[in-house]
Amino acid sequence: MGEAIVITSGKGGVGKTTTSANLGTALALQEKKVCLVDTDIGLRNLDVVMGLENRIIYDLVDVVEGRCKIHQALVKDKRFNDLLYLLPAAQTTDKSAVQPEQMKKLVDELKQDFDYILIDCPAGIEQGYKNAVVGANKAIVVTTPEKSAVRDADRVIGLLEKEEGMEPPKLIINRIRSHMMQQGDMLDVDEVAAHLSIELLGIVADDDEVIKSAHNGEPIAHNPNNRVSIAYRNIARRVLGESVPLQQLEDSKDGFFTRLKKFFGVRS
Amino acid sequence: MKTKQNVVIKGTKDGLTLHLNDKCAFNELLEELKEKMDAVNGQEHGSIITVTVQAGNRYLLDEDIKEITELISQREHLAVEAVKSNVMTMEEAIRWKEESEVVSYTGRIRSGQVLEVPGDLLLIGDVNPGGTVRAGRNIFVLGTLKGVAHAGCYGDDEAVIAAGRMMPSQLRISRYLNRAPDRYEEEESLETECAYIDDSNQIVVDRLQVLKHLRPDISTFKGGNHVG
Repeated sequence: MGEAIVITSGKGGVGKTTTSANLGTALALQEKKVCLVDTDIGLRNLDVVMGLENRIIYDLVDVVEGRCKIHQALVKDKRFNDLLYLLPAAQTTDKSAVQPEQMKKLVDELKQDFDYILIDCPAGIEQGYKNAVVGANKAIVVTTPEKSAVRDADRVIGLLEKEEGMEPPKLIINRIRSHMMQQGDMLDVDEVAAHLSIELLGIVADDDEVIKSAHNGEPIAHNPNNRVSIAYRNIARRVLGESVPLQQLEDSKDGFFTRLKKFFGVRS
Repeated sequence: MKTKQNVVIKGTKDGLTLHLNDKCAFNELLEELKEKMDAVNGQEHGSIITVTVQAGNRYLLDEDIKEITELISQREHLAVEAVKSNVMTMEEAIRWKEESEVVSYTGRIRSGQVLEVPGDLLLIGDVNPGGTVRAGRNIFVLGTLKGVAHAGCYGDDEAVIAAGRMMPSQLRISRYLNRAPDRYEEEESLETECAYIDDSNQIVVDRLQVLKHLRPDISTFKGGNHVG
């Protein structure tokens, strides 16, 4: 019996889809059987990020409405040997095409065949969010170190905590720009984590390579050397229950600022 | 010939007290009250006498109270001060209890969440920006208050808000409102502070220690020895 993890954020554009694609890839690299479910009906793009767009035959709405069986709609990622699948969202209709009960039934069915079901949630807290959350038993909240994203994450965490049968949500802080954090132009990791006060699952740096890899339809987690890839692989290991220390943000040097802050007794 | 009077009038130094029989039928009671009131006719003299009505173990509806008050007030020199009864409904009792109790809540009030209590609120945790706490009376936050707090939300100007760290986006007490400064300095608000309505109807934030003098009623501690 697998686990269903919803990846949500409230705010749009913070990296839910990128996180879903890369966490899914990283889990598959750990030999886990993973199914990605795109619930952003009407505005799907997980398939694009995964580079699986032109293999779609059936979609989530087709499954729910009984036009095909689940396994017919699953798109297999050829880079893996039978480990990573995508259940794409429909592009032609909208969020109201699916009801929460139908989603729950669908996810429960997928749990039989997969170790992990990653549900990519649309932005917002309306119907699409409800559909994405209903079948999940775990949740990952993605935020960036920006006030608006943190505010929305806070709201979503409040909603997730009320959800029945849901474990306490965990946090990924995405698109970190360490030089801006050090200069105090951005919320830093500690501030975000303290504000939201949920378990921190990982931190991911802002990197041009991520955009490039999404453009090429190849999740960055495939690249063994990139720091973002390593961040996602670490997150995958933490999801599997390993204890992995957080990545050092600035490459090696214990920076001048850190030493200065220590000297003045400021918590960095 | 009646054996027992349904309305007994007693004079005290504070005025008159009317003891009403709580066993008889209500219309009998009204009839006798009317008789008695007619009887005092002609004894009117100058000063107004205050009347307290003691209804005993009879539950009086609002309209009953109105009827009794009207009957007595027909006599120009009588003014009804209070109509008292030993009985209250379950509903009133529950409301009374709720309004006078301190409700404690452990946890964090996140953006979009609203916590409302009829009486005092003791929040063991923070209020995040975008979160709201509301109370019929006072609000005490042990953690950091960054969201909105509304004390005395049913119109109690005496209500106060206290917080371990006072960094609210907005404070409201009764129908008054106060916005936060546009930004907080780091060193500010490291100690517990309280907010109240001052004499000029402004919400002010002050040291917690001033509460003892401003709102002594908050203290419900009774008896025992206060050492030190």
